[in-house]
Amino acid sequence: MNTIKRFFTDRDSLASLLVTVFAGLFSLLAGIVLIFIVSKNPIQSTRNFLLAPFLRSYNFYYLLIVMVPITFTGLALCIIYQLRYMSMIVDASFYTGAVVATAIGTQLNLPPGIHPAVAMLAAGAVGGLIGLLPAILRIKWRANELVSSLMLNYVFYFFGSFIILYFLRDRSQTILSSVPFKESFRLPRLVENTQLHAGFIIAAVFVVLVSLFLFRTRWGYEIRLTGANQKFAYYAGLPVTSIILYAHFISGFLGGVGGAVEMAGLYRAFIWQMNPSYAWDGVIVAMLARKNPRFVPISALFFAYLRVGADFMSRRGDVAFEFITLLQGLIILILASDRIVNYFKERRLKRQVLSRTGASEGGSR
Amino acid sequence: MIDFIAGVLTSANYWFIVLRSTAPILLVTLGAVITEQAGIKNMALEGSMLWAALTGVIASAATGNAWIGLAAGIGASVLVALVLGFFALKLDANAVLCGVALNLVATGGTVFVLFSLTGDKGISSSLPSKVLPSLTIPLVKDIPWIGKVVSGQNIIVYISALAVVVIDLVLRRFTIGRRIRATGENIEAARAAGIDPIRIKFLALIVSGILAGFAGCFLSMGYTSNFTSGIAAGRGYVANAAQVVAGGTAVGSIFAAMLFGLMDAMATFLQNVGMPPELIQALPYAVTILGFVVVTFIRDRREAERKRRLFSGNGSGGSGTGISHARTPRSKAQGLTHGM
Amino acid sequence: MNYLIRTEKLSKIYPNGTFANKSIDFQVAEGEIHGLVGENGAGKTTLMKMLYGEEQPSAGRILIDEKPVTIASEFEAIKAGIGMVHQHFMLVPSLSAAENLVLGKEPKRTRSRTFDMQEAVRITEELSARYNLPVYARARVADLSVSMRQKLEILKALYRGARILILDEPTAVLTPQETEELFAELKALRQRGKTIIFISHKLKEIFNLCDRVTVMRDGRLIATHQVADVDIHQISNEMVGREVQFEISRPPLQAKSPALVVRDISFVDDFGIAKLKHVSFTLRHNEILGVVGVDGNGQTELVEILTGTEKPLSGSVMANGKEITGRSPGFIRRCGVAHIAEDRITVGTALPATISQNLLADRYWRAQFCAPTGFLKMPAMAAEADRLVKDYDIRCNSPNQPVASLSGGNMQKVVVAREFTAEASILVIAQPTRGVDIGAIEYIHARIMDMRSAGKAILLVSSDLQEVMALSDSLIVMHEGEIVAYFPDASAVTDKELGLYMLGIRRQSDDELRKVLHEHD
Repeated sequence: MNTIKRFFTDRDSLASLLVTVFAGLFSLLAGIVLIFIVSKNPIQSTRNFLLAPFLRSYNFYYLLIVMVPITFTGLALCIIYQLRYMSMIVDASFYTGAVVATAIGTQLNLPPGIHPAVAMLAAGAVGGLIGLLPAILRIKWRANELVSSLMLNYVFYFFGSFIILYFLRDRSQTILSSVPFKESFRLPRLVENTQLHAGFIIAAVFVVLVSLFLFRTRWGYEIRLTGANQKFAYYAGLPVTSIILYAHFISGFLGGVGGAVEMAGLYRAFIWQMNPSYAWDGVIVAMLARKNPRFVPISALFFAYLRVGADFMSRRGDVAFEFITLLQGLIILILASDRIVNYFKERRLKRQVLSRTGASEGGSR
Repeated sequence: MIDFIAGVLTSANYWFIVLRSTAPILLVTLGAVITEQAGIKNMALEGSMLWAALTGVIASAATGNAWIGLAAGIGASVLVALVLGFFALKLDANAVLCGVALNLVATGGTVFVLFSLTGDKGISSSLPSKVLPSLTIPLVKDIPWIGKVVSGQNIIVYISALAVVVIDLVLRRFTIGRRIRATGENIEAARAAGIDPIRIKFLALIVSGILAGFAGCFLSMGYTSNFTSGIAAGRGYVANAAQVVAGGTAVGSIFAAMLFGLMDAMATFLQNVGMPPELIQALPYAVTILGFVVVTFIRDRREAERKRRLFSGNGSGGSGTGISHARTPRSKAQGLTHGM
Repeated sequence: MNYLIRTEKLSKIYPNGTFANKSIDFQVAEGEIHGLVGENGAGKTTLMKMLYGEEQPSAGRILIDEKPVTIASEFEAIKAGIGMVHQHFMLVPSLSAAENLVLGKEPKRTRSRTFDMQEAVRITEELSARYNLPVYARARVADLSVSMRQKLEILKALYRGARILILDEPTAVLTPQETEELFAELKALRQRGKTIIFISHKLKEIFNLCDRVTVMRDGRLIATHQVADVDIHQISNEMVGREVQFEISRPPLQAKSPALVVRDISFVDDFGIAKLKHVSFTLRHNEILGVVGVDGNGQTELVEILTGTEKPLSGSVMANGKEITGRSPGFIRRCGVAHIAEDRITVGTALPATISQNLLADRYWRAQFCAPTGFLKMPAMAAEADRLVKDYDIRCNSPNQPVASLSGGNMQKVVVAREFTAEASILVIAQPTRGVDIGAIEYIHARIMDMRSAGKAILLVSSDLQEVMALSDSLIVMHEGEIVAYFPDASAVTDKELGLYMLGIRRQSDDELRKVLHEHD
């Protein structure tokens, strides 16, 4: 509560909030303009886009389901961004996490409850180890972690599909699919006759855990200080290298768990024909949340809303689902533009300073 | 297996494919080199290539002329670079983040446009697009083995070789090259000398856009004859890594790009002997990272060695002149410190 | 009277809210050397940046030859005949002196339009001879000495046709002897009709060199005088608004046991230049050991090695009997060494982090603030931050505001508060008052003396010679990475004498230098 109060009284945060809301609204508006350009039935498409979650109860639950994976990737990227790093490796962590969970979900026999938990831990561990790679490349060989992580994403994507194809594939299916999961692996449903699964709760728990971790423990403190100024952190005696490493591990861990939750909650088998790349949605979620995990649920809700709207509209009309990535890019561009944020801050500051000192001005010579 | 690889390595066919695979990556690597030298990271090369590939196909299909397609593709690619410049240089946005955003826009946007035009999300085969011609070089084509490798390539492959020469000249012989280096190395100094760093960076971005435009059009109008979704396949990112391996020089780019080209071409052959295609596809990316690590490792070792030598040769006594004994390593100033 | 360049009611407000220039009417006549003096932060540099197009005025205008001009960029300043020699040189290290000189206005071969290196070298050598400012045209800038880089900067401005030369604290990096050389060169330039604006906060230099002088204080122009009509006391009063006092109360103390033992430290920088050559000394408790030297003679590297941010090539450092050579800053801090970094903006503080975070960065992990489970004790942390803010008189609204919102002086107080309460017995202090207002300087000096009385061992590095001489018990002088002199009693040496050692003209005998080891005390 205190944070929220401070958030609204602190003018810098308020300026950031304004820009964030502006980015969201602007992207919605741009989306509508785009619909009017390409759609033969723009009114109907716009309605489907904006009101999807309220038109069908299915869509509403779908909205909540979509929030789950992007909450995980959003949290993962919050940690990376708190550190002021740019690694996108959470994409590989998420995908490989799903593959690891598939292996455990299809090959092991464990009691219900334990089974998905073991899968999540294993997927998290593997995801965390993968998360370390770009950090190690950066520390040891000064490789830009964004570039290396994007290439590693390709490597792990191909490697993951190799594992599914050669070791876990259900050969009776014509399309690419793993053998079905054991019943004990699946997460319980929260609401009868919907797909809303317990992963939603797990995601909520992780929001709380990551917030506590980042703002209440010494490790989170270290991550934030290192992100504020890495040279300073080193000078002040913080073990910067290990901070960078465990931050990346935790980020990858969250990605891996996210992949496992998605498998155990939503599917009967691994059926991804291509990488769903929830990490890119995570970028938006983390940026809209201003890298603060406490705001991740809000921004995840907003982005899930866009996603569900775009999905519903594309299935009912002539606008391709991919138009969501256009909006995504637009949001990042706006949020990344310091000058837009500073515009709000500077104008206010100038006014203040001038009014404060202007009166005493004049007879200085 | 060894026999097989030896057979592949000596076949003219393999080297023909190597050159073909190297050309697009070489072009974007040059683009990454020139922007990096100017002190701005062009992460949007991937997006530039995607838009170029699609625009080329659409324009060539609409006009029935491959050259107009190429021009339009380059135009689209440069536009992406300019948008990046606008956000990064005019609105002070983080250039890397903007590049990522533009790639995202390109990944979805190209599919979105393709779908809106053709109703197909995967491939542009319903569009009657053209391909850029291949050239047979007289005389050279008759040289045994070499003729088979060098002659008969697509025109863009020759353009990529030409681009190396041009970029090398620009960076090393022309005043603009010095201004680009000055901007990248000490932006304050450039500004104080009356150079407009923003203009220099825009210029570098435009050049990189043109290069990525050639590369993108080659992918959809030469290397293959269609646009497919995600056709750039991370080459724009690979270029940013290869740029470091290249050591910030145009000539170095050949080796860096070749590394990727060799693997890419090998993949086609390995598939024939039953290597899982998924692993083969992962190979070029893994090898690029590996190449980066090896090159950086060697450079670091050399640097440490050089310092030790300098010290033992220079350890005692000052000098009365205005110049110190030690020479500045050229590599230090050239992109080495930037990382990839 | 007509002025070559003047400003009318020029004001500047920075985006962070700093009101750096307030309605300035500044006038410079043709062919004069015009001194511009003021304390750090008085607004001199801001005024010059507006004249050179690096900053845009928030209000007011600039006139050249009585015609109003807008100087939107450095490029336009150059076109208007203004040249500037910055405090930090604007040179590209990997290019040669000649290439740097012609950068932005390069000679080209007539036919190929490519860069003409021979011509660039010829131009450089010719200009260098004409204005008697010697530089090595073909040498890389990275290999040039500081004073030669400065000459190159002046030549750069002249090559671009500068009528007005602005020099921003050019003597800060020079030895006394190099300074004299520079002054002779500047006077020669005046003879040739150039107008020079000379920024400094060293009054003696103004009286040696300038025709007129303008005093700034706190963003305002206080007065302009003919140098012949005023004396040093009047100017100094106008600069600070009161008498300057570097009076420091110094209770006599006997230096005690060795705290920091440095033996045979060597270091080579990235450019392969030996920055430290076999440096050895011993720092004792109850002692302030001052390190004197022209900037760039190894002091920075020495401090970095002692505090762990840089690793030495060879040698050893012992702190309180523990080996700390090449260890991490964290380890060294735990051995009882605190450190005020010379660059508080990029190293000494984390600007976006809060005051509280900056104050507790070296101790958040102690049991007092952190439970064994890893959870932080937020109330204890808040209490500690409040206490330090109060004890060290840090002027702020709340300890939770970002350090970036503080003034330079208060920012430095944050650093001082943290380091002086760090449970350390050894303090390594670098540039404690650089860019800090007078009030804060006095405060920090007093605190340093408190630390001395409390028995700490203090190594003090500062480029402000007066400061080091006033605070230190004993002094070492560094030149080109070596200790060239040791004075056990700082009060027994004059600044002139120190200058000879700083320049490397004089050097003590090995026997004299060995005293700094205190091996037979």
